[in-house]
Amino acid sequence: MQLSLIKPQGCATPFLRHLLDFRVYQTRQRSQSCNIACTVIRHRWMKRAPVFCTHITTNKMISTQADKESIDMSKFPVERIRNFSIIAHIDHGKSTLADRLLEITGAITTTDKNKQVLDKLQVERERGITVKAQTASLFYKYQGQTYLLNLIDTPGHVDFSYEVSRSISACQGVLLIVDANQGIQAQTVANFYLAFEAQLTIIPVINKIDLKNADPERVEKQIEKVFDIPTEECIRISAKLGTNVEQVLQEVVKRLPPGVVANIALFGGYLSKGDRIVSAYLGKSYEVNELGLLRPDEHPTDRLYAGQVGYVIAGMKEVKEAQIGDTLYHQKHPVEALPGFKPAKAMVFAGMYPMDQADYSALRSAMEKLTLNDSSVTVQRDSSLALGAGWRLGFLGLLHMEVFNQRLEQEYNASVIVTAPTVPYKAILSSAKLIKEHGKEEITIVNPAQFPDRSVVKEYLEPMVMGTIITPDDYTGKIMSICLNRRGVQKNMVYIDDHRVMMKYLFPLNEIVVDFYDLLKSMSSGYASFDYEDAGYQAAHVIKMDILLNGKPVEELTTIVHKDRAYSAGKAMCERLQDAIPRQMFEIAVQAAIGSKVIARETIKAYKKNVLAKCYGGDITRKMKLLKKQAEGKKKMRYIGTVQVPKDAFINVLKRKDK
Amino acid sequence: MLKAFLTAARGPTVCLGRCFSSEVSGAVSKLAGFSSPPFSTEASLYVHWPYCLKRCSYCNFNKYIPRSDNQDVMLECLQRETETLLKLSQVSRITSVFFGGGTPSLAHPAAIAAVLETVARHAGLSEEAEVTLEVNPTPIGSSKLENFLHAGVNRFSIGVQSLRDDDLKVLGRDHNTQHALQTIAEARRLCPGRVSVDVMFGRPGQSVASWELELDELLSVCDDHVSLYQLTLERGTQLFSQVQKGQLSVPSDDITAVMYESARRILQNRGYLQYEVSNFARNGAISKHNMSYWKASQYLGVGPGAHGRFVPHGEGGVCREARTQTLEPDVWVREVQQRGHGTRRRIPLTHLGLLEEVLVMGLRLIDGITHQHWQLFSPRADLHQILSSSSEVQDLQQTGLLILDDRGLRCSWQGLALMDSMLPTLLLELEAHITQGLQQQARVSGGPHHPGAPAAGQGVWRPTSPRGSSSRPGCPA
Repeated sequence: MQLSLIKPQGCATPFLRHLLDFRVYQTRQRSQSCNIACTVIRHRWMKRAPVFCTHITTNKMISTQADKESIDMSKFPVERIRNFSIIAHIDHGKSTLADRLLEITGAITTTDKNKQVLDKLQVERERGITVKAQTASLFYKYQGQTYLLNLIDTPGHVDFSYEVSRSISACQGVLLIVDANQGIQAQTVANFYLAFEAQLTIIPVINKIDLKNADPERVEKQIEKVFDIPTEECIRISAKLGTNVEQVLQEVVKRLPPGVVANIALFGGYLSKGDRIVSAYLGKSYEVNELGLLRPDEHPTDRLYAGQVGYVIAGMKEVKEAQIGDTLYHQKHPVEALPGFKPAKAMVFAGMYPMDQADYSALRSAMEKLTLNDSSVTVQRDSSLALGAGWRLGFLGLLHMEVFNQRLEQEYNASVIVTAPTVPYKAILSSAKLIKEHGKEEITIVNPAQFPDRSVVKEYLEPMVMGTIITPDDYTGKIMSICLNRRGVQKNMVYIDDHRVMMKYLFPLNEIVVDFYDLLKSMSSGYASFDYEDAGYQAAHVIKMDILLNGKPVEELTTIVHKDRAYSAGKAMCERLQDAIPRQMFEIAVQAAIGSKVIARETIKAYKKNVLAKCYGGDITRKMKLLKKQAEGKKKMRYIGTVQVPKDAFINVLKRKDK
Repeated sequence: MLKAFLTAARGPTVCLGRCFSSEVSGAVSKLAGFSSPPFSTEASLYVHWPYCLKRCSYCNFNKYIPRSDNQDVMLECLQRETETLLKLSQVSRITSVFFGGGTPSLAHPAAIAAVLETVARHAGLSEEAEVTLEVNPTPIGSSKLENFLHAGVNRFSIGVQSLRDDDLKVLGRDHNTQHALQTIAEARRLCPGRVSVDVMFGRPGQSVASWELELDELLSVCDDHVSLYQLTLERGTQLFSQVQKGQLSVPSDDITAVMYESARRILQNRGYLQYEVSNFARNGAISKHNMSYWKASQYLGVGPGAHGRFVPHGEGGVCREARTQTLEPDVWVREVQQRGHGTRRRIPLTHLGLLEEVLVMGLRLIDGITHQHWQLFSPRADLHQILSSSSEVQDLQQTGLLILDDRGLRCSWQGLALMDSMLPTLLLELEAHITQGLQQQARVSGGPHHPGAPAAGQGVWRPTSPRGSSSRPGCPA
C-alpha cells in the first residue's frame, strides 16, 4: 500500500480537531499489485491552533463520527468509478454546476442556499472565486448501477492554473464549461490544452443557456473551430436552473473511461482503519484512526478500495508531518516513494513582515501552516532594516498574493506588511568579486533591496511571458494600444469566429503582473480574457526606484522599473500615494527617486481644521465611536517617519491606471 | 468561565478608584465650584422636543413633522419620564435645563412650565439654574418668547444660522433674515445678557469675504453669546444629495478652515472669548448647561432620542451609564405610558470609557482639562503619568499643538482646530495606560478569586451592589 501526499489544505473547520485528516486521491494508474497508492491532496487542522498537541484523544474523535452511516466501499469496482474535474474560465459557472451535481446525487439537500458549497474558505465566498481544488464523492444511479463519481472543483483564475493542472492529473476526464454568452475565453483555451495534453476525455458543456443573450450555437461553433470538437458533443445546460444537468452526469458515466487511476489505486490491497502506514519522507509510522469519503463533508468508512477518493485521519501530531508530495505506504510493504508533483513556478515575489516584530513567531507559525497548505507559495527568510525580520514569498500571481494575505488575516488573525510585488529579475554579474561571492555569474533577484548596481552588472534580464488575449473585435484597437504601452510585442492574431479575436503577445512579466488583467477587463467592458505562460528571460535596461515620504524611503514600495518608464512610473506612484494617504497635521512630500536623484514629487497638504462642530443634545456616543474607530485604525497604520500610511494604501498604489 | 474569572480579577482594581471618588465627591464638589464632580447628587437635564414644522435640508437629527396635534400626550410623557429618571438617578439638584429639538419653541409655554414644575417637585431647581430654550426665529416663535420667560426659561438660544435669505432657503429654514433680527431683539429685551445665537459657516456658495461680512453684521445685533458651527453634510439629507449630484457646491476644507480662523479672530476682536471649539462669550455669558457636557458631569436625557449620562442610584447602580431613549416619538410615547420611561439602550461606562469621555469632551474647552478636574475621575493616574512618556504626544507638544503643563492638558489656539487629529493618539495612550494598570493590578492581587470575595489588602474594595441586586454587578473593567 502506498500513499502519496500532494496537497494538504487547511479549512476553517468549526470544531476543534487535533488530528490531521487527509483527503486522498490517487494520481497514477497501476496494474495489479499488492500495493495501494494514494495521494493526499489536502488536510485540515483546527483554526488558529497555537500548537499542535501531541496527546490526542482519538477515541473521542471516532465516537463523534460513529453515528454516520458507513459505506461499503468494496461495492465499487473500478468499472463503476469515474474521476472528473470541472474546468472553465472564471465565472463560467463551475461552482454552480458543482452545487447542482451535489444536489442531484443527494450529497447535499436541495435548497436555495447551496451557493459555492465547495468553496469553503472565507476568502472564496467573499470574492466569489474558487482558490483551492475541492473534492467530493458522488453516488449516481445509472441504468440500475450505482456509480462513484469523484468530482474535483477547480479554481478559475489564471493565478491558480497550477491547482487546475494538479487536479486534472488525477482525472480521466473533464467537463469544460463555456459560458453560452461569453463563449471561449483565454482560460478556456489554457485549460483545454492542459486537459488535452494530459490526454483526458473532454466533455464540452455550454452553461447559462437561460441567459437572455445566450448564443449556444455560436459557442458550439467556436468550440469546433478552436478545439476541433464536433458541435454535437456539446451539452447545453443551465447550472443555475438545473436544466440538463442530469444529462451531464449521464455523459460522465458514458463517455469517461472507468476510474482506475482514482484515489487509492488498489493493486490487490486496501486501506482499513487500524492499519499502520509509514511516511516515506519522515520514516514515521502512523495508525489510521479514521478514513472515509468526502461528499463533500467527511463520511467515515471502514475501508477504502482502489479508485476511491477519500480522506485519512492518522495520528500525525504536527502539520509539518503532512508534507506535500510525501508517499505513505503500508508498514509491512515498504515501497519507493512516488515521484512528487513538479512545484509551481512563482511569478511574483513580495516581502511579508509582521506589523509588530513582537508578532514574528505567531506570524511564522501562521505562515508555516498556510504555506504547507498552499504548496505553490515559495518561502525564504528575509530581513530589512526598516521592516525587521520577515519573509520573501513567491506567488503565482497578484490575486494569489492577495488571497494568501487575506487568508493570513482571516484564518490566522495575523497583521502583515506586504511589500510591492516584484518579478524575479536576473543579473549577469561583471564584478569578479561578486561572482565569487555568489559562486555564479548569473543571479536571480527577488528582492529589490538586493538589486545589484549597474556598475557590477554586465546585463540585467527580465522574465517574459506569452500572453493570450481573446476579445470581441470591437476592442482590438484599444487593447493593442495598452499592450504596446506595456511593452508587449504582438506575435499572432487570429479570428476564432466572426467577432472574436485571439491575440498572442510577448510581455515582460512585470508589465502584466499587477493590474493588467483588471485593466483589460474594464477596457473591454468585461469581455476580453487573458492568460499567460512562462516565456523565459530577455535582456532589459532596468533600474531601482525608491519612493520617499518626507525624505524617508518606503521600503515596501521600492520597485524595479524599466529605464524608459521610470519617470512616468514614478510620477504615477507619487500621484496615487497622494490620493491614498490621508491628510495629516503636517505637510507630506511624496517623492520618487533613482539613487539620490528625485524624479517626481507630489505634496499632501497639511490639515488646517479637523474638529467636530458640535455634539447634538449630549450625544457623545456617536463621536466617541468614531474616535475609537480612528484610534483602532491608527494601530494598523504603518509609520514612515511620522507619516501615517493606511496599510492598504501601498497595494492600491501599485495598481497602475493607464489612461 | 474564563470571562467570569477575568472580571473577578479586574473588579477590585476599578472599584478602588471609583468607590474612593464616590466617597469624597461631596467634599470635592464644594471645592471645585460649578465644575460638577462625577458622582455627585447633581445633574443637568436635557429635554428633547422632537417636532419641527419643516425639515431643514441639512439636518439628520432626530426630528419629526407632527401628523396631528399631540402636544398633550407629549407633555404628559415628558413629565412622566422626567419624574422616572429623576427618581432613578436620585439627584437632589438639577443645575441646568436645556430644551432642544426639533423645535422646542413649537411647544406651548405651559408645557415648558409643566416640565420645570415636575423637576422642581422631584429635585431641587434653584432660581439661578440656567434654563435654555432653543428658538426658531419665526414670527410665531418670537411672539411666544415672553410666555416662555414666564414659564421659567431664562436663556434663549436662537437658531439664526444665516443672515442671507437665499442661504436660509437653501438650508430649508422656515424663517428669513428679518424674522431673525426681530427675534434677537425681542429675546434681548426679555433676557438681556442671556441670549445666544447659532450661526453656520461652510454653507453652499459661501466665500470667506461674505462670511466675514455676515459675521460682522450679526455681531452688531447679537447679545453676549455666539455658537458657530461648520455645516456638515450628513448622509441621507437633501443637502447631501444635492451636493453629490453637483447641484450645489460647498467650500473646500481649506476654505472652511480659513472661515473658522477668521471667525475666531473677528470674535476675539469684538470681545467674545472663545471658551470652547464652537462657543464664544463676552461678559462671562458662557452656557452652563453645555459646560456640564464638556466637564463630563452627569446629565439626564428626557424625550425621544435623548442621551443621558448618570448613575442609576435608584436601582442600586454604582457606575455611570450611557443612556439613549427610544428615537421614534410614537414608540417612545407608548413606552413611557407603559413603563414610565423610554430608555432604549443603557451601556455601563467602564472606567476607561468614562475617562475617554472626560478627555474628548474636556479638550474641547479652551482651558482644556485641569489636573484637579482629571483627578476627580482618575485619582490614581494623572495626565503626566499617562501621556508624558509618549513620543507622539511629545511631538504634538513640540509642534505647539498640544500643551501639557502644571495647569493640565489643553489644545493650543492652533491645536484646537486640529483636535480630532490628535485625539486618536491621546485615546490610545490612555487605553494603553489603563489596560496596563489593570494587568498589573491583576498580577498584584494574586490572580483568580471568586467574585465578591475581596482579596486581602484590597482595603476599599467592597461588594459592588450595596442593595444586593444581583442584576447590577460592579462597573465593567
